[in-house]
Amino acid sequence: MNVTVARLTMRGLLGRRRGLLLLALPLLLIVLSVVIRVVAGQDENTAAGILGGLGLGTMVPLVGLIAGTGAIGPEIDDGSIIYLLAKPQPRWKIIVSKLVVAIGCSVVFAALPTYIAGLILFGTFENLTLGYTIAALIAGIAYSALFLLFGVISRHAVVWGLMYALLWETIVGTYVPGAQTLSVHQWALSVGQKIADPGVISSSVHLPTAIPLLLVATVGGAWLAAARLSRLTLAGEE
Amino acid sequence: MTTISIDRASRWFGNVVAVNDVSMTIAPGVTGLLGPNGAGKSTLIHMMSGFLPPSSGSVVLDGVPIWKNQQAYRQIGLVPEREAMYDFLTGWEFVLANAELHGLSDPGEAAKRALATVEMEYAQDRQVSTYSKGMKQRVKMASALVHDPAVLLLDEPFNGMDPRQRMHLMELLRRFGAEGRTVLFSSHILEEVEQLARHIEVVVAGRHAASGDFRKIRRLMTDRPHRYTVRSSDDRALAAALIADGSTAGIELDYKERALQIQAIDFYRFTELVPRVAKEAGIRLLTVSPADESLESVFSYLVAAK
Repeated sequence: MNVTVARLTMRGLLGRRRGLLLLALPLLLIVLSVVIRVVAGQDENTAAGILGGLGLGTMVPLVGLIAGTGAIGPEIDDGSIIYLLAKPQPRWKIIVSKLVVAIGCSVVFAALPTYIAGLILFGTFENLTLGYTIAALIAGIAYSALFLLFGVISRHAVVWGLMYALLWETIVGTYVPGAQTLSVHQWALSVGQKIADPGVISSSVHLPTAIPLLLVATVGGAWLAAARLSRLTLAGEE
Repeated sequence: MTTISIDRASRWFGNVVAVNDVSMTIAPGVTGLLGPNGAGKSTLIHMMSGFLPPSSGSVVLDGVPIWKNQQAYRQIGLVPEREAMYDFLTGWEFVLANAELHGLSDPGEAAKRALATVEMEYAQDRQVSTYSKGMKQRVKMASALVHDPAVLLLDEPFNGMDPRQRMHLMELLRRFGAEGRTVLFSSHILEEVEQLARHIEVVVAGRHAASGDFRKIRRLMTDRPHRYTVRSSDDRALAAALIADGSTAGIELDYKERALQIQAIDFYRFTELVPRVAKEAGIRLLTVSPADESLESVFSYLVAAK
């Protein structure tokens, strides 16, 4: 962990339009929750629908995508990463620092808003809010690592990330049940299922499968990103 | 004494060869890497700065390979050609961050010293995004100098600088060279390199075309056959008089252009010969212009002559 890298990453992430986008998503969730609570009252199905569908299903991957790819992609794109790399520092430290910042963003802009929205919608009943919050936290960590890796590997990281989060996890997962085994969303849900009261949250993946896969995705993603970064080449502009 | 040695290094991208079997040694003092655009200068600098492995051959810093060797950056300062840096920082924050990333014991002091060296203190509290190209170049310099490196690599540092900034940077690099640092900069402008570099390495189309001090390079460039287009009041008579002298190798009467195309092999004698012959024969010279003075043709001659 390198404080300077983390500080530069954070300022890069929050300083530009990306910061506004990161703020807009959770605000939307919270405002919507207030409106629903006022109009429809306290209802378990509605709360689960909002927290699971809009929160965990949409906001968490989008925040992870913006934070994960944004933590490194733009610097590789415009070449300014050279100032981090031309230093006597092991490259994995750069990845770890950036990952910590991306995870921090996921906590602040995804997990925390999920908790607040949950409290507004359903209070603390049946541990529904806690279950979805922990799921959002865990999904945020895994997405951050995965999308950071995408940011190191590809110039089109955002496109790949969207394809994964929207196409694979949502659409493919709906029609091909097997695809859900390789879904951060389902892994996180299976942790949430364990925390909430029985029957409140359900996942298509069992916890003993989900935990190792979460670890592989997070640690493996970070490790691959570090390996790739230490072989990063600058092709000439000629 | 820190030396970069390139030994039979080649680098290709797919089936494009960017650097072809180049060997050179960059010793302390100022070295200019001269060549037209696209000659492979940047590729060479990327290899010397550890951002590209050679496809074959080796690039070493005091005997240790530079690729995947992060410790080499303790000795290397790099000024990249691309302008992008952390635009949202002020000049001070940017140089300070670089000092911190080097793990220096007193990054604040180092940043202060580096900004003073490039005379950028006056603008250090402004955001980098508000800087002119020359100012950005100087802040990039400061970030490369912050750890007092033995080797300084600069990719086209004079691009986009005004004459005053150019002179200032030249002075700075000269000073570093005199201090015994190994300074390498690339440029496609001979005059620039000549003014500054003690030693010049010429690359053309990925090949090492020439190496030596500026006098040697200048001589190589002037000793080659020159082509001239000459128009006069009596082309045929002038041609007859010129071909009698040993400094011309061939003359063509170009009817379409109504001019003489002359190939001269002895530059100095020829430039003295033309006005003298014309005067003696009472011929009026209308045009005397070099026909192929493009840098590329000069360089390709060097490659062919090697």
